[in-house]
Amino acid sequence: MTAPTSTPNPFKNLPRAGQPDRTVLLMLFFIISSGILLASHNAPLLESLGSLGSFLKNPIVEALFVSLFLANVLFAYLWKAAPWARMLVGVGSLLFVLPLAGREDTSLLDLSIQIMIFAALALGLNIVVGLAGLLDLGYIAFFAVGAYLWGIFASPRFAEVLRYYGENPGATNAGTLAIGLFLLVVTIASLVYISRLTARTAPTALSTWSFRLASLGAVAGLTLTLRAVMVLMSGSADSLEAGINPGFFWLFLALSIMAAAIVGVLIGLPVLKLKGDYLAIITLGLGEVIRVLANNLDLYSAGSQGITPIGTASVPWFNTLAGALGFAEDQHYLLFLYALVLVVIGVILLVNVRLDRSRIGRAWIAIRDDEVAAQAMGVPLMQTKLIAFATGASFAGVMGMIFAAKQTFISPESFVLNQSIMVLAMVILGGMGSFPGVILGAGVVTLLNLRILPGLGEATANLGIPQEVNPGQLQRLIFGAILVAMMLLRPEGLLPNRRRQLELHHEDHQEDDSAQGNAGALGKGGGDVYSAGYAPAKEDDKAGGSR
Amino acid sequence: MSGNILEVTGVTKVFGGLTAVNDVTMNIPERSIISVIGPNGAGKTTFFNMITGIYEPTKGSIRLAGRELVGLRPDQVTEAGIARTFQNIRLFSSMTSEENIMVGRHSRLKSTFVDAMLRTKKFHESEQEARDAARIMLDFVGLGKWRNELATNLPYGDQRKLEIARALATTPKLILLDEPAAGMNPRETEDLKALIRRIRDELGVTVCLIEHDMRLVMTLSEGITVLDYGSKISEGLPHQVRNDPRVMEAYLGRGAAAGEYGKEERPHV
Repeated sequence: MTAPTSTPNPFKNLPRAGQPDRTVLLMLFFIISSGILLASHNAPLLESLGSLGSFLKNPIVEALFVSLFLANVLFAYLWKAAPWARMLVGVGSLLFVLPLAGREDTSLLDLSIQIMIFAALALGLNIVVGLAGLLDLGYIAFFAVGAYLWGIFASPRFAEVLRYYGENPGATNAGTLAIGLFLLVVTIASLVYISRLTARTAPTALSTWSFRLASLGAVAGLTLTLRAVMVLMSGSADSLEAGINPGFFWLFLALSIMAAAIVGVLIGLPVLKLKGDYLAIITLGLGEVIRVLANNLDLYSAGSQGITPIGTASVPWFNTLAGALGFAEDQHYLLFLYALVLVVIGVILLVNVRLDRSRIGRAWIAIRDDEVAAQAMGVPLMQTKLIAFATGASFAGVMGMIFAAKQTFISPESFVLNQSIMVLAMVILGGMGSFPGVILGAGVVTLLNLRILPGLGEATANLGIPQEVNPGQLQRLIFGAILVAMMLLRPEGLLPNRRRQLELHHEDHQEDDSAQGNAGALGKGGGDVYSAGYAPAKEDDKAGGSR
Repeated sequence: MSGNILEVTGVTKVFGGLTAVNDVTMNIPERSIISVIGPNGAGKTTFFNMITGIYEPTKGSIRLAGRELVGLRPDQVTEAGIARTFQNIRLFSSMTSEENIMVGRHSRLKSTFVDAMLRTKKFHESEQEARDAARIMLDFVGLGKWRNELATNLPYGDQRKLEIARALATTPKLILLDEPAAGMNPRETEDLKALIRRIRDELGVTVCLIEHDMRLVMTLSEGITVLDYGSKISEGLPHQVRNDPRVMEAYLGRGAAAGEYGKEERPHV
């Protein structure tokens, strides 16, 4: 902002503006909630506390204290306080207190990893749904892509696949590899060449068909190459009994990002011409297709049995560090994943913020607000939407891989439609388009699902409440009720995006209602220029008279 | 005048069984202000939609400075140098005025996805360029004070101007204005007239507008094309078009045009 501003920028008003300074309160809250968290996860201490100890051990009480502790990070973001205090609370909670408590009770680390995995998914879906306004109900498919990519290669599955190819080589030999590679190079080169040619001119029938032919050739080349590699490698199946070398973990981290992005583009290409409800249904279908593929491609995915055990990364230096900090041998790996997930989510958040405040981020929001106008202003719709799809997918891909490495077991069960809906609920509950919002949404929904509601079930199990009204039996109902209540009371989400908040409460202080009313990001139908057949008839019906 | 900036030759658009635009030929000289008029449903907006690539013509050719546009996507047409506004205002409602114009700059910015992620020098330069363009355009249309206001909060007339500013930010050779004066009061219309003249005189952009306000059309245009039922029925200087019996017929009905208003048949306006 170089020039002087005459009106205040509505996006500059941070939520803390106008608050009293809460540095003391924040520090106090941090110390108390950390103290309780550490105490309530210290088994010997709880023993010595007697009845207070057993109260603290109560699952629902424990879940509440964990939530209170995690709220620290939220308050550090929300409250107006000295920067050092906010920094201290944020960093201290995540890097110091949480791992410390996790040393006593690894389920805490597990929970935190789970929350952050879902936060990354929510951030990815937020780009697609919240920023670009494309309702994707099959988002979990990209998570599955990342998970299966690592799952297949880092488990005994890989050896079995190699053995299968070794026993059924067909006509495949080194020549096939050469042909496959040649085909791949030639077709990809021609794809690039054709798209360069048609970048600034209208596509002709020839260019369209040659593009399709080259795509087909690329797929064939890729298939041949992969098959040839499998057959040629089949001899080493026995030495790969436990999957590939864990050293490949980092390479696969990059590969999972790319693979998910490519799948995102492949799924996006045919469906992104559709909008709103149609897009939602077709993405739902394609998401299910990926899950059914995982279920039925027995050779690669072991079907509904799932893949196990999935290998892990080996990071000797981290283990040394963890050992020096007093973590037990079996906790090293979880701590490593915790640190990794923390770094990955930091990177994802950074990418999100940077893309949001850029040419591409503006184009996404423009498409969400008005597709026709965006295109008329020079925004290439397909390309921009594909970037949104691929970016969102890549976040899911990398987290899918980490998920597989954490669980050491994956099956199609983990990637059902319900999971897609859950991630969407996180985005909407937290506040579409708002990065802190969707992270909070992920935290709240995951805590509810993994701790609070099951805790409620355990806590009420032996109280003698009749089965029909026992809240422990009605977890899903309570979850649904919370969602409904949230949407009624705060439709813009817990921590709304300022754009959306302004939009939703726009009518409250608007005198002349001259807005075009395109506020709804999701169910937007086509503009009037697309109503072929009726366009001339209704051409002028809005000429001035409508206002 | 140095030749035609836009040459439309024999374009036809058929929707199902309905011919919305029928064999229309029209040339727009460089640095001119041209109007397209016609009764409701004459096919004017369909005509605009074909030029901007929203519809592909069933037949015919559209050339901008010699370059064929038929078959290009709307964003490619914008990149080639045609910008437009919409009959029913289509601003990006959740964005500020400045951001709206920065979107208009989209096709002229060089920074890519990777630049944005890595915050390269190219990214900062192109962001600065977009902000500068926004400031210049807002000042040009006189909306400098609304820079950080949400587009939907602007008064109606200013929303129209913002849409024009957004279109101008694409650095067009030709700007198409679809009923820019719709819903404006006479004073706002006068302002608009001055603005359109300045677009041509100061920015050197050719203007083509669809308009129903005849006073605006007659005083502003250097050439008028009249469409009725999808066909071009008249073309020429304002006074020629005004006195063309076919135009009167189209607007007032056959009887009225022949000077027998009220005798035989009611005019269908």
